[in-house]
Amino acid sequence: MSSWLDYTINGLIVGNVYALVAVGLALIFGVSRLINFAQGSIYLVGAYIGWVAVVQLHTPLPLTIIVVAVVAALVGLIIERFGLRPLQNSVRIAPLLATIGISFVLDQLVMLTFSPNPRALPSQLPDVRFQVGGGTIGPLDLLIAGVGISSALLLFVFLRYTKLGWAVRAASQDRDAAMQMGVDVNRVNQTVFGIAAALGGVSGLLVGMYYNQIDTAMSLQATLKGVVAEVVGGAGNVPGAVVGSMLLGLVESYGVAVFGTSYRNLFAFLLLVVVLVLRPNGLFASARQAPPEPLTGTFIAPSRPLRIPRWALAVAVAAFAILPLLPVSFYVLQTLINAWLLGMLALSLTLVAGTIGQVSLGHAALLAIGAYTSALLSLTLNVPVGLAIIAGGLMSAALGTILISPSFRLRGHYVSIATLAIGEIVSLVILNWESVTRGPIGISGIPPLSLFGYDLISPASVYWFAFAVMVVLALLQARLLGSHLGRSFRAIRDDDIAARAYGLSLNRYKSLAFIFGGFAAGLSGGIAAHLYSYINHETFNTQQSILALTVVILGGLGNIVGAIVGAVALVGIPEMFRIAAEYRILIYGIVLLLLVRFRPQGLLGTI
Amino acid sequence: MAEAHAPLLSLRGLTRRFGGLTAVDGIDLDLAKGGLVSIIGPNGAGKTTLFNLVTGLDRPDAGQVRFEGQDITGLSPERLAAQGIARTFQLGRVFGNLSVMDNVLIGAHTRLRAVKPAVPVIGPLLELGLALLRPSSVRQEEERLREEVKAILARFGERLLPRIDQPAYSLSYANRRRVEIARALALKPRLLLLDEPTAGMNPSETAEMQGLVAELKAEGLTILLIEHKLEMVMQLSDRVIVMDEGKKIAEGPGEVVRSDPKVIEAYLGHGLAGAAEQESAA
Repeated sequence: MSSWLDYTINGLIVGNVYALVAVGLALIFGVSRLINFAQGSIYLVGAYIGWVAVVQLHTPLPLTIIVVAVVAALVGLIIERFGLRPLQNSVRIAPLLATIGISFVLDQLVMLTFSPNPRALPSQLPDVRFQVGGGTIGPLDLLIAGVGISSALLLFVFLRYTKLGWAVRAASQDRDAAMQMGVDVNRVNQTVFGIAAALGGVSGLLVGMYYNQIDTAMSLQATLKGVVAEVVGGAGNVPGAVVGSMLLGLVESYGVAVFGTSYRNLFAFLLLVVVLVLRPNGLFASARQAPPEPLTGTFIAPSRPLRIPRWALAVAVAAFAILPLLPVSFYVLQTLINAWLLGMLALSLTLVAGTIGQVSLGHAALLAIGAYTSALLSLTLNVPVGLAIIAGGLMSAALGTILISPSFRLRGHYVSIATLAIGEIVSLVILNWESVTRGPIGISGIPPLSLFGYDLISPASVYWFAFAVMVVLALLQARLLGSHLGRSFRAIRDDDIAARAYGLSLNRYKSLAFIFGGFAAGLSGGIAAHLYSYINHETFNTQQSILALTVVILGGLGNIVGAIVGAVALVGIPEMFRIAAEYRILIYGIVLLLLVRFRPQGLLGTI
Repeated sequence: MAEAHAPLLSLRGLTRRFGGLTAVDGIDLDLAKGGLVSIIGPNGAGKTTLFNLVTGLDRPDAGQVRFEGQDITGLSPERLAAQGIARTFQLGRVFGNLSVMDNVLIGAHTRLRAVKPAVPVIGPLLELGLALLRPSSVRQEEERLREEVKAILARFGERLLPRIDQPAYSLSYANRRRVEIARALALKPRLLLLDEPTAGMNPSETAEMQGLVAELKAEGLTILLIEHKLEMVMQLSDRVIVMDEGKKIAEGPGEVVRSDPKVIEAYLGHGLAGAAEQESAA
């Protein structure tokens, strides 16, 4: 009984921390209809600034909190001014992608400055526990609760009783009307980002103290948790975000109590998916709100795609096909094999995100499904590798489509959140389902690639195999785009309401796109598994999903040739300049930001 | 006399509330086969919401929609499109990145047969397979529809045909409206709902559009029209329905409705200072 009280208190304390992140997200969503994926990075920055203040400058606690709040607010202001304000009149997806890019850049900067090793962040409070009923509570718990409640109160007073607060509320209700009434929307945005960032930074500090440890992996987790809490409470609803956070904290805490620590995140993401499916507008809003009529074609940048003549493509394919016969180094072949594998993933994502407009942030999960299926089939059932890879593709197509289907009724940014969560769920299931997936140990000794009984050991044969599979997939996808399905997918992307009014079932066509795309990604994952000979639940992670998205945007959404060119560019160029691995993600983030800002249609144009 | 037969479309007590506001308030409407009924009324009267209720994009809180005698209330827009109900949108909803040809081909989507076998469960997979393999039946169907699209585009003279391969976002506003109507015609609709087809058009373009609507009517198409340009409404409509604040305030032949004092008040009253103040207080 007493432990239940402990779990309840723990849930509420953790919920309080989530609330600090979620309230910031809700404020930003309210004013700019944007889910700020960089919120977790600000939380990370807050934790590390706190570490510098506590460990190196020995600041007292109140000063630490102020320093963290001010620095985090500054970061928020910089993000707003240079990352998002230039995108105000840009396509709908641009700000979302920009916050993803910003988050990668910030995380990598923190990692490069402080190294990825965890650090201890000592709590500056006395280590005593008070008996409350059957459980105990420490001063830090009280501080977290106090900061949570007092920031909520301050925010309430600010929004209710100050002129700028009114402006924020006005802008969140109707941005255009507020502008016409003379509200300076830029100033409102600045204020909101400043407040949200300060709250995010402080919560990073407090969580670091609570667990007495900070590391760079905190960022994505915080973003995810904040987003879950915010969406559960109803996007843009500040009190809803607080309630959603508490609920999330409790669900996690009880889930851990019953099933164990490794299930914590699984419960968070399942809660998110359930809420998104049953009440997409949050727990406190009507589920049946008619979406406003959008301007058409605003989801992706209108562009005239570059038409590459067929003979040029044929020449390029021939040139790459004979490459292993030329005196090129093993290293070049190895790099290009990686490019072809990424190219398959990019083909899949460019269909799903570009052609039918479901910007998936969890696409690496499809790789994982294909890889695990193929590896397990060939290892435990001795299925020939070639067949196992195809089975991996089919499993990825089927399972991926079933898993993603709850998100089919969602639109815009919600799709990205849902796919991100579903991707995390896949990775957590792989981690926890030890009897099948071997859990955290991973699968080793996966047999090498082979075809019709011949092992593909030499780099040239692996190269040809991967290249051939990718080219066949690309040709099939081109044929798909030229059929009635191509125009149906693109119609759904451009305006799903008008598409439905003309008889296009969203479930049917989104499923078909995911089946086709899932197959391509599953093949890529399967080939990768046999190539690496070892995989675990972290082999295919969110970073890979984001890399694939950057490739797709670089090449032009929906553009088949673009996806392959983008994959070669993003794999090849860092290799060419021998850029160290830790800088690569930084570069990918910067490339994404620059593309969104200056060339949203990508190199070859969206189709 | 046409009214004596069972109407093609009939609405009974159709109601839709948004929070405290009743956007559509107990609307009754009958539309005979081959008829053209116009709905007029001030902005915010609930006309577009009514269209959304009929086409399944929104669900009524109360009331009934019957189409050819069958209750179609609350059916999905996909189902209603398959039954032959086509519409255009007030603000224009063409598929911006699709060519004119592809936009109009989407209109014919419900008529695809060869590539969309009506097989339960595995139907979608067959559709994917047929789209990739493209046997001659599928190719022929596609070819036939493309010819049909060209014939539909030809109804707009030289407005759209020369731009058949251009993306819709590059078209003028008036041409986008035309593409929308072409897309609706490609469905071979039994009921066509036009939401302000001439919005943003100049007088000569309006006259052209009016000519087209008159032609469609003469061909026997049943049309429900929302339109602000009264001259056009008077010339085209068999009957006019006037909506204000969600309610039907008048119904009848154009000339009768035009001189109805309630209608005049609804239109003029909203311009009066007193009424405006009342509104802002409410």
